[in-house]
Amino acid sequence: MPILKVENLKVHFPIKGGIFGRTVDYVKAVDGVSLEIEKGTTYGLVGESGSGKTTTGRAIIGLNKITSGKVYFEGKEVTNLRRSRASFHRDVQMIFQDPYSSLNPKKRVLDIVAEPLRNFEKMSRSEEKKRVEELLELVGLSPESIVKYPHQFSGGQRQRIGIARAIALKPKLIIADEPVSALDVSVQAQVLNFMQEIQKELDLTFLFISHDLGVIRHMCNQIGIMYRGRFVEEGLTEDIFNNPQHIYTKRLVAAIPNIDPSKREESLQFRKEVDHEYKQSYANYFDEDGLAYNLQPISETHFVALPEKG
Amino acid sequence: MADKLIEINHLKTSFRIGDDYYAAVDDVSLSLNKNEVLAIVGESGCGKSALAFSIMGLHNRAKIEGEILYRNYNLVDVDESTWSKLRGKNLGMIFQDPLTALNPLMTVGAQISEALFLHNRKLSNEERKAKVIELIEKVGIPRPEHVYMQYPHELSGGMRQRVVIAIAIANDPEVLIADEPTTALDATIQSQILDLIRELKESMNAGIVLITHDLGVVAEMADRVAVMYAGQIVEIVDVHRLFENPLHPYTRSLLNSIPNAEKGQEKLHVIQGIVPALQNLPREGCRFKDRIPWIDESAHETTPELHEVAPGHFVRCTCYKQFHFPNEMKEGQAHANS
Amino acid sequence: MWKFTVRRILIMIPQIILLSVLIFILAKMMPGDALSGLIDPNIDPDTIEEKREQLGLNDPWHIQYVNWVKDLFQGDLGMSFFYKMPVTELIGQRIVNTFWLGLATLILVYLIAVPLGIISGRYNNTWADQLITGYTYIGFATPTFIFGLVMLWIFGFYFGWFPTGGSVTPGLEPGTMEYVLSKINHLLLPAISLALIGTVSTVQYLRNEIIDVKQQDFILTARAKGAPESRVYNRHILRNSLLPIAAFFGYEIVGLIGGTIFIEMIFSYPGMGQLFMESIVARDYSVATSLVLLYGIATIIGTLLSDIILSIVDPRIRIK
Ligand SMILES: Nc1ncnc2c1ncn2[C@@H]1O[C@H](COP(=O)(O)OP(=O)(O)O)[C@@H](O)[C@H]1O
Ligand SMILES: Nc1ncnc2c1ncn2[C@@H]1O[C@H](COP(=O)(O)OP(=O)(O)O)[C@@H](O)[C@H]1O
Ligand SMILES: [Mg+2]
Ligand SMILES: [Mg+2]
Repeated sequence: MPILKVENLKVHFPIKGGIFGRTVDYVKAVDGVSLEIEKGTTYGLVGESGSGKTTTGRAIIGLNKITSGKVYFEGKEVTNLRRSRASFHRDVQMIFQDPYSSLNPKKRVLDIVAEPLRNFEKMSRSEEKKRVEELLELVGLSPESIVKYPHQFSGGQRQRIGIARAIALKPKLIIADEPVSALDVSVQAQVLNFMQEIQKELDLTFLFISHDLGVIRHMCNQIGIMYRGRFVEEGLTEDIFNNPQHIYTKRLVAAIPNIDPSKREESLQFRKEVDHEYKQSYANYFDEDGLAYNLQPISETHFVALPEKG
Repeated sequence: MADKLIEINHLKTSFRIGDDYYAAVDDVSLSLNKNEVLAIVGESGCGKSALAFSIMGLHNRAKIEGEILYRNYNLVDVDESTWSKLRGKNLGMIFQDPLTALNPLMTVGAQISEALFLHNRKLSNEERKAKVIELIEKVGIPRPEHVYMQYPHELSGGMRQRVVIAIAIANDPEVLIADEPTTALDATIQSQILDLIRELKESMNAGIVLITHDLGVVAEMADRVAVMYAGQIVEIVDVHRLFENPLHPYTRSLLNSIPNAEKGQEKLHVIQGIVPALQNLPREGCRFKDRIPWIDESAHETTPELHEVAPGHFVRCTCYKQFHFPNEMKEGQAHANS
Repeated sequence: MWKFTVRRILIMIPQIILLSVLIFILAKMMPGDALSGLIDPNIDPDTIEEKREQLGLNDPWHIQYVNWVKDLFQGDLGMSFFYKMPVTELIGQRIVNTFWLGLATLILVYLIAVPLGIISGRYNNTWADQLITGYTYIGFATPTFIFGLVMLWIFGFYFGWFPTGGSVTPGLEPGTMEYVLSKINHLLLPAISLALIGTVSTVQYLRNEIIDVKQQDFILTARAKGAPESRVYNRHILRNSLLPIAAFFGYEIVGLIGGTIFIEMIFSYPGMGQLFMESIVARDYSVATSLVLLYGIATIIGTLLSDIILSIVDPRIRIK
């Protein structure tokens, strides 16, 4: 049984307009996304900015209202849950993109990390302090950090404070929204390594959101590629990188800078070809509205959004 | 060399913090040749922008010492009126964030037009407009006549960056400085912008200083690479050699910290610590020393200098000779153990 | 933009209705009513009751309200029991004076604010800036009426440079040059006093705006194009900072309203403000509530004006 299952998820935001500010249209931020994540694996959600990745993550955890579709966690439906189902909100946590603004600058690290503990667990002050110190140690920060404020830490350290907060309740699933996008490569490496370590240690499952394919390839077992609120392709990491089928995926893959300068011409050539194909056969891949078709299986694990045959 | 466009000697750019000046660019010597892309790479806070702004004379309140030789000028002390002639005409600049680099209250056309107007008063209004439209087309923006009249907020990030580029190349500058031109953009847009810069370079005969923290961008674009750490150049080398035979520990650490599918490494290398703040930079000895504490103190020079280890390949300090990653054993030890 | 303007005006309607209801209720809560000021208290109570019935004063409140609004539209604001004349006429005499005083003050506010704001913003942290900022702090801290009193005493009584009351020298023929000059002479000192205090927020605002725009990235782009410093200032920094100031215009009017009330009192300047104060002291409620209504409408229109100007000058809003 997958730990998380999302069925035909839709999140539409109303656009107000006209003289009376009525709802004139909807932003279909997420428009029919389905996915399943197995326990202990990492599922990567990729796509350009505005494609609906964040909204998907936020809708799953209940921060955005779901328009339609269903979310199951460990087999139980958790769609649009209120605070009542405390266990779901304990078991699923989120890490945010910006380590600079996602932590309240006026709170001490102790209060930041202890916040979920205070919400969900009755602990005495000393127990709480002990637990926070353990957590900080787990993320590689010294226990003395508890009395400091976020601005006293570097970007990577702040992101680790965010992670410490996220794992405080021993969650089962973590939704990580661009956790390293704001960080330098060296710091990025630190956070990525660390996420892999705690994954093993705590048997965590990640929904890893990123627009960086290099990072996604490094971290994920399975990948879904989003374009304008819909999946254009889904598959195992090997499927996506070695055998991309959708033209949009090919463009993304072609855009990854090649780290070998001697292959520069080749990759430029490849990009040109893909771009050419994109222009030539756009209509084969997108419907009249420029949206992706429904996913069709091309192997057990690999799905591509292509028009239905016949 | 005859085809040097810019020669920088012992450049030192310092900012005032409290009562003292601290050098963000500390004794940098570099040259930019005609038709080359010189990449400057390093983590944020290493002084890359401070260097670029020194070349463009855009620092407000910084103390700049040393020489930046361009033609018969020393850019470190030319007056404002000369700067107005050089900037935008001989030297063009592309900025990092296209969302903020354009005046929100001026049309795209007017902003590009201004760049032409400032350096060529002879053009009639119609001629100038025609030229602007040609430029908009040249940077790959569809429907140039329409975009001419649009405001920046009506364009996507990628399109805005193209407008910024159009402004920078309006007067065919000899030197183009691009400070992280794609950092704020999505991957596909990034590759399109990089391809555009490459294309423009072919037609323009310009030397380009490309500042980035992304080694992928370096591999795609650069001819030569200067790796910068804590205000200093720690390695200069041509791009092929950089990836085949990187020497300085910082360069090697950077290369090892990016996910690389070919290597399929389990664990990424983590560079210990952080780039120190300006006031805390170690000004004596090897500046990278604190971030590779497992390397013996004696491996470092007391006053690290750039050593030419092969023609055109310079490395600072001697620590590269004994450098190894913590999980590797030193050659000597490996032998001793077997 | 049209959509925006129309929507903005439509929003104004409920605001004005709400305002009028509030004022109506206020008026009803005041002791006495339209009759109390009109008739001799010695008349027989039954006659009064008859009269009340006749005037609709015994109708349910919403009918009274509707009638009141109807009267408003016909320009009938009731009678002033103090002056024994229609409120409309009374206000009509005063509103012109207040209009000229307001206009003169506004012009002075901008004549002072723009150069000071520019100097202060462009050369911030120089002694000139510190001087100007010092002035704005003093301006913020000084109540208008105290400052007005001091000005009146120094320039009106001590030096005798300006008249100390009224809006024109009595006996002059309206329409003659002398009459106009006398009018200007009378409103100059109150306008200057009000402007010197009222301008400080605009000075501060412009200064902060300039300092803010100065640090934006697009200013670097302008410099990198080769724009000389004077052009960077005139074309990019000033333009971008003055536009919000233009949009501030409507709010400025709103701010002035409060100021004119005090200033007119102090300078015995026969405008709406003075009338307002007098009517309150005299418990002339029909006048007071009418003026509150007018001031309220002026405030709503002032903010409307600002929003519309902003939508005209800022393309980011213009589009919507
Ligand atoms: N609260 C919201 N109200 C209206 N539109 C929104 C809201 N949040 C996101 N959107 C829109 O939904 C789309 C998807 O946004 P997002 O999920 O943030 O994309 P991503 O994370 O892939 O960059 C965008 O067009 C965005 O403007
Ligand atoms: N105007 C300034 N005043 C003081 N310090 C500055 C200023 N600009 C940059 N710095 C500092 O100088 C160092 C180098 O900055 P910068 O050149 O922007 O780095 P990079 O572009 O490599 O990220 C950093 O430590 C930064 O904090
Ligand atoms: Mg997002
Ligand atoms: Mg920079």
